[in-house]
This record gives sequence, C-alpha cells and structure tokens, in this order.
Amino acid sequence: MSNAEKHWEKTRSLLFITLAIWFVFSIGIFLFAAEMNEVTGPFGYPWTYWFTCQGSLGIFVILIFWFANRQEKIDEEFGFNERGDD
Amino acid sequence: MIKGKFIDNLPKVYGIYTGGFIGFIILMAIGEQMGMSAKAIGVAFVAFTIFIYALIGYLSRTAQADAYYVAGRQVPTVFNGMATAADWMSGASFVAMAGGIYFKGYGYMALLVGWTGGYILVATLLAPYLRKFGCYTVPDFIGTRYGGNLARLLAVIVLTVASFTYVTAQINATGTIASVALDIDFKYAVYVGLVSILLCSMLGGMRAVTWTQVAQYIVLIIAYLLPIFWISNKMGAGFFPHFMLADEVARIGELEQQFGFVKNSAADLATVPKGLAGITKAHSAVNATPWAFISLALAMMMGTASLPHVMMRYFTTPSVKAARKSVGWSLFFIFLLYSSAPMLATLSKLSLIDPTLSTGIIGKSFAEVQSIDWFQNWNQANLMFISDFNGNGTLELNEFFMGGKAVVLATPEIAGLPYVISGLVAAGGMAAAMSTADGLILAIANAISHDVYYKMIDPKAETAKRLLVARALLVVIGFAGATIAAMEIQGILGSVIWAFDFAMSGLFFPLVLGVWWKRANRQGAIAGMALGLASSIWYLVWVRTGGSGFLGITQLTFGIFGAAVSLVAMVIVSLMTQEPDKATQKMVDEVRIPSGRTVTGK
Repeated sequence: MSNAEKHWEKTRSLLFITLAIWFVFSIGIFLFAAEMNEVTGPFGYPWTYWFTCQGSLGIFVILIFWFANRQEKIDEEFGFNERGDD
Repeated sequence: MIKGKFIDNLPKVYGIYTGGFIGFIILMAIGEQMGMSAKAIGVAFVAFTIFIYALIGYLSRTAQADAYYVAGRQVPTVFNGMATAADWMSGASFVAMAGGIYFKGYGYMALLVGWTGGYILVATLLAPYLRKFGCYTVPDFIGTRYGGNLARLLAVIVLTVASFTYVTAQINATGTIASVALDIDFKYAVYVGLVSILLCSMLGGMRAVTWTQVAQYIVLIIAYLLPIFWISNKMGAGFFPHFMLADEVARIGELEQQFGFVKNSAADLATVPKGLAGITKAHSAVNATPWAFISLALAMMMGTASLPHVMMRYFTTPSVKAARKSVGWSLFFIFLLYSSAPMLATLSKLSLIDPTLSTGIIGKSFAEVQSIDWFQNWNQANLMFISDFNGNGTLELNEFFMGGKAVVLATPEIAGLPYVISGLVAAGGMAAAMSTADGLILAIANAISHDVYYKMIDPKAETAKRLLVARALLVVIGFAGATIAAMEIQGILGSVIWAFDFAMSGLFFPLVLGVWWKRANRQGAIAGMALGLASSIWYLVWVRTGGSGFLGITQLTFGIFGAAVSLVAMVIVSLMTQEPDKATQKMVDEVRIPSGRTVTGK
C-alpha cells in the first residue's frame, strides 16, 4: 500500500470516529429526550434542555478543534503537512 | 493601505475598531442623558455603522481576480471565523431566534442543534478538500471534478435557487430595520438597505466582504450580548446568565403549571393581529417527538454543509490546515450568540409572566397594563396585544400576545434599560442582515460571472472584463432581490429554512461524493443534482397544496426527501455508466493530500 493510501485510510477512520461522536450528540441523545429531561444536569438545568442550549453546541466546537489537531498529526506522520502558515 | 501590512496588523486594526465602537456607544449614552431624542440615537447608530462598513468596502477595492473571488487566499483562521459567523448569522438569527425559542421551546431548539452540528460535516467532509482543490466558487468544484458544462450549470442553478430564497429575506430584514431606525417608508428603506449592502461588496468582492463581515460580527455580538448580561444583572438573575438561570427556568415551569395553557377559541384568536402569538408551549419541557426534532436537526445540518456562501468562506484561508481550524473558530463565534439566545428567551418570558416581578403583567388588571409606556409603544408597533377573552378584567396568560421579534427588540425596554441599548440592537440586527445578504449576493454573482460567463461563454475574457461582469451581476441580483423583498411576499419567499432544504437536495451528495467516492462520475452527479432539486420542489409543492406527505417529512424538512433521491440517483447512475477517467481519479487523489499546490494549479 502506498503512502498516500495509508494516509487516506487513517484519514477515513478519523472521519468515522468524528462522525460517530457527532451522531451521538446531534441525533442519538434526542431519542431519549423526554426521559433525559427528567434528570437535573449541569448548572441545575434539566439535561435535555441543557444539551439543546449549550451542551451539544459546545461539544461540536471542541470536536472540530480536536478533529483538526488529529488530522494535522496524521498529515505530519505521512509527510503531507503544509509548511509555514497561520 | 499596503496589503501585507494590513494582514499583519489585523488584531490591532480591529482592536482599535472595537474600542472606537464602544466609545461610540458611550458617547450615545451620554447624548441620551443630555436629552438626545430616541430617534436621533437610532439614526446615529445605523448611519454610523453603515458608514464604517462602506469605508472598509472602499478601502478594500481591488482589480485582481484572486482578491475579488477569494480575498487573495490570505485570511487568517480566527478572522475568517468571525467573517463566517457574520456571514452565517442572518437577520433572522439575530432578531427571530430568541423569539422562536420563547414561543416554541424544545421543538425550535432543533434549529440550534442543526445550525451548529452542520459545521462538523463542513469541517470533516468538505471544507479542507475544497480548499485544496483551489476553486473560486462551489460550482467551479463540481464543474472541474465531474467535467462538462451541464454539471457546472446545474450546480449554478441549485446555488441560485437556494441562495436567492435566502437573500430576499435578508434584504427584507435590512429594509425593516432601516425603515424603523431611519423612519422612512419600507418600500424605500429596502433600497437604502440594498445600497448599503452593495457599498460593502461592489468594489472589493470577497476581499471587501471579508473585512466588512469581521467588522459586522463585532457589532452584532456586542449588540446581542450586552443587553442579555445587563438584563440578567438588573433582574438579579445572575451576573453570568448562561450558568445561572436554572432557577429561572424552573420558575417558568412552575408558573406554567399554575396558569395552565388555556386554549383560546378560534373566534377569539381571529381577533388577534396577524403574526402575534401567545405562550402555548412549555418552556423547557420536551414538546416534540424524537423524529420531529431529529429530522429538523438533520435537514439543517446537511443544508449547512451545502450552502455555497458558507463554503466559499473557506476558500479564502492560506492553507488546508487553516481551513479546518477556521471552521472551528467559525462555530465558536456562532456558539457565542446561539448559546445566549435561550438565555434571552428565559429572561424575557420570566420578566413578563412572573407576577412577583415589577415588570410582570400577567395577573394585573387590563387598565393597569394598558397604562404602561412600553406596552403602548409595542402595541402601536403591532408587536404586542392583549384582549380580555373571559371578561374578568385581569390579564391571563392566554390573553397576552406578542410578535417573535419583540423578544429581542422589546425586552431591553421592558427591563428598563436606556434607549441607547435599543439603538445598539438595531445596529446589530442591521449588521447581521447586511453581512449575510452580502455573502449570498456575492455567491450568486460570482457563480454566474465565473462559472457561466467566464468558463462557459467567454473563456478568453480578460480579468478587467470578468470583474466588470461580476460587479454588474452583483447589482442586478441585488436589485432583483430588493424588488421581490419590496413586494412583501416574505411569508412565501422569506423562509430561510427552505434555502437549507433546496441546497441539501441538490448539492450535498454531489459535493461529498466528489471527494469521498472516486467512482462518482459526471452522469451520476448530473442525475443527483437534477433529480434531487426537482424532487424537493415537487415535494414542497405537494405538501403546500394539501398533500399529506410521508414519514413525517414536512415543508420544513423536505430536503431529507430530496437528498435521499439525490443519493440514490447519483449512486445508481454512476454505477451504470463508465467510471471516471484516469485524470479525474488522479485529481481526486490529489485533493485528499493537504500538501502541495492546489489541484487547479494556483
């Protein structure tokens, strides 16, 4: 397998992990919205309410930065990183 | 102004700008104390900010194609994040989002989750790869990846349908705010709004839009957050509302129990002015089925990843790496506003319905409520209404009606904040609507000038001629949008949500599979775009003309149907026809590697 193929394989598995986390917090948890809202969560808000106001949104922000860093590591590993910018 | 120097000095330039804007707010506050009229303050806020944007637009003028189409590909990540956030958050987000949460509660929150979650798809599936591709517009990617003028043209059509649906609502919003703040007739205010929008983009294209959008983000975020913190502190709800409103949310639940949601008769409701609504849904309880919530969130997420005016912002970063990070920053800056909207809805609702608060009106006598200054003002503005349905002389929860915009526009006044805050909010709403309108008009004009005119009609055109065509189109599209906005059929055309559904139906899978599935070919992409868009339009018309729909897909989520048709058509047709040639496959391989020159060779 060539260097580029290995790079793409790792990139793809990172995509699947990222999308799995995305799926949980954008779709998965809302299957149990009614039950989850009965329980008190962060800062005293009901859990479902908190997720829709802040939780899921905040997790998405962190997830993108985490993904970007992991992808940069993968690019460096295979020598595909870009030199000097930002 | 030297370009390189300007880029290096960005934090300083915008730091001074922010300081200057805060200074202006203080100046207005002093003016108010010294007897400046409310109207003068409103005019000053809107006129001053528009003047600044126009100045930035003028300073960013350019005669180079690279600067005009992609801001010279040198916008740093954080600033591109701010520009994207302004591009993204429309007048509707600014003025109507808190109102939507106020009235619809949990069911509406699907939009917040969808409009943020979509950025994960942007960051992982598309933005870095399209940046590596090095295209000027989204149809440019489709046209080059799949080859052929038909694919390119279809992409332009989908882009135009989606973006134009969206842009009339934005021009309408600028008109509404301009007509209130400058006190002129809406029919003319729409064109005042349009001219302001064009001043920002005409001379400098993407470069000018980028730097005005950063300036507009700063104005809109200050205008949104300052009143919320102020109100929260004034009410004693907590100095940092986001972490401290649990008691208030619980208290609203208690009051809802106490008052109950009394259903009004149809005859009573008929007397309520159009566009106003009462509180009929629980504030924090789950009031929608899982599928209703998830399908709306999903449609908005896929739509986010297909809207060209957002995607093209990531063509302006210096590198692929920067494009990825920039998506993160965009979402962070969006998060600042989105996570605050529910807090404003909570504060607004509690201050109105809690009888133990001095601002509460529920349980008071009609005569008393009618004598309140702010009630008279907003009643006159057609945003508040009360009616004694049961004839007992006291105001009940089901007898109070309000417009969605009032949550953002009226709450500062209800809480007793000085008028300078209302002027600030008007400037913020104007900034939000203008920045989105600019991005959208530019997306349409660039697609037509670059993809239709330059790539299809006259490939030998010189840069000067290309940019002239681009600018002429900007004006034409702007006027077309303003003319439709002035007709005030916004109820039909203004639906921002439809833009997401159209975009995802036609573009989501052709874009994503273009990167992630090498086997995808021209015939497949053409089928995907054409059938996706056609089926979504058919479904929308069917549901709106009394069709029952299926699988719970409504006129807000019809994009799910369109996108599914698009995916199936694209896969089947691709597999039935020849695989893409070697050169195209090599192009896809190159797109997947971040380093090196862009695929288009620039």
